[in-house]
Amino acid sequence: MNKNNVIICRCEDVTLQELHDVLEEGYTTFEDVKRILRIGMGPCQASTCGLLVQQEIAKFLGTSVKNIETHVTRPLTMGVKLGKIKEAADDES
Amino acid sequence: MKADVVIIGGGISGVAIAYNLAKKGTTNVVVFDDNYMTGGATGRCGAGVRQQWSSKGNCIMAKMSVDFFERAQEELGYHRDIEFKQEGYLIVATTKEEDEQFTKNVALQQSVGIPARKLTVDEALEIVPHLNRDVIVSATFCPTDGHLNPFTMTDAYYTAAKRLGVQFFYREKVTDIVVTDGKIEKVITERREVTTDKVVNAAGGFSYEVGQMAGVDIPVYSENHEILVTEPIEKMQGPMVISFSKNIYCQQVPHGSFLMGRSNPQVPKGHDISSTHQFLDEMAKTAVELLPPLGNLRVVRQWGGSYNISPDRQPILGDTDQLAGFYLACGFSGHGFMFAPMTGLLLAEVIRGEPTTIDLAELHIDRFKNKEHTAYEHSVV
Ligand SMILES: Cc1cc2nc3c(=O)[nH]c(=O)nc-3n(C[C@H](O)[C@H](O)[C@H](O)COP(=O)(O)OP(=O)(O)OC[C@H]3O[C@@H](n4cnc5c(N)ncnc54)[C@H](O)[C@@H]3O)c2cc1C
Repeated sequence: MNKNNVIICRCEDVTLQELHDVLEEGYTTFEDVKRILRIGMGPCQASTCGLLVQQEIAKFLGTSVKNIETHVTRPLTMGVKLGKIKEAADDES
Repeated sequence: MKADVVIIGGGISGVAIAYNLAKKGTTNVVVFDDNYMTGGATGRCGAGVRQQWSSKGNCIMAKMSVDFFERAQEELGYHRDIEFKQEGYLIVATTKEEDEQFTKNVALQQSVGIPARKLTVDEALEIVPHLNRDVIVSATFCPTDGHLNPFTMTDAYYTAAKRLGVQFFYREKVTDIVVTDGKIEKVITERREVTTDKVVNAAGGFSYEVGQMAGVDIPVYSENHEILVTEPIEKMQGPMVISFSKNIYCQQVPHGSFLMGRSNPQVPKGHDISSTHQFLDEMAKTAVELLPPLGNLRVVRQWGGSYNISPDRQPILGDTDQLAGFYLACGFSGHGFMFAPMTGLLLAEVIRGEPTTIDLAELHIDRFKNKEHTAYEHSVV
């Protein structure tokens, strides 16, 4: 497998090779690789690549994927609290 | 563990101070940060770099920092791109009062060698054709202002400092500073104790709290500033566009996305950095009024970050007579990213007892003791 031909983050065009290079450099958390490579910053907000990246980090660290922190989810792709929707509706009425 | 200097905070200020110390030969430096790299304001900021300020202290800090950013990629020997783009800041006036203030600002900026100039509405539209001409009265423009990638810029300082021997511990919180008989003895973290007599407070939104650990009072507080990013599109806007009266800054970054933010005059003081729908509403209204075509862009993400605010909205840099060996790099009031090269240089000079490149009186904490101190930075979003 040529890791240069495997796209791990489709939104930001990041290859598996680029991810492995950054892991080798010592950046081994989701938050770190996200900021250096833009992994997870595109329109899908890591809903496609999130688990794949966690698996790669786990493999690299020789641990289970359940030990790898997920990235912080930010709005707008997050579930919206009913209270917030109510606030917005109240503001408008 | 022993260190010549402990730096609390590994944001852009902390890494710049560490690099400058090490470059000058003080290499036994340890940096602690309780988050991932750029988890503080640095990774949340607009990362705009402008020299068009209304106070002299800010103008000089910004100008000399831009000089460094222009050579940073080479000097730091960085293997990724810091993405320094210099296509200017276009600051629009929307009222007559603003127009008059801007004439004064430009005179001050030019007096310290900043290539800013006043523009008519037509001239402004030549540079940013999608500006709403009905809203603006005039503008100022400085072509050497710009933008960097805040993550790679921080990583560039970090990588260079590490190469020179600085030790970094991210995700490790400093919990106390032990001071005995007016002397710093050690810094205590969640995992270790470090014997040292010099501590730098570069803790961003938490610099008041870190000051309190050492019994040092710093007149700063924090407040949440929200920001959003859109989907990337082909390049259509060169400069950052700002309006203080409309309360907006908006920039297309090299990646293609637009970054934009505004402040909430009602925001409470504190450490909240959450996202609100009110921000989205207000941001959308302001952006679409001033730059109508942006209404077609999809929002990808929003977030918040801390401005650490000082009484005159200029940074607080240097030592303090409250405690020997305690150094301050805080109170950046929403523009500390662009000042980092000078913050790093000046703090390294003060810590090493060298003469400083610029007179620090305007930025030293003692300025607030002086009743005649009237400087106040107006040009802040
Ligand atoms: C939305 C927004 C937009 C902005 N736009 C711009 C802009 O366009 N241009 C510009 O120049 N500036 C901008 N700023 C301001 C800029 O982000 C800050 O001034 C700058 O990043 C400050 O850097 P710093 O290193 O001093 O602080 P930070 O980056 O906040 O770093 C401080 C670090 O200290 C750590 N810390 C705190 N307490 C402790 C402790 N007890 N132990 C260990 N670590 C600790 C924190 O985790 C943090 O990582 C903006 C800010 C925001 C929020």
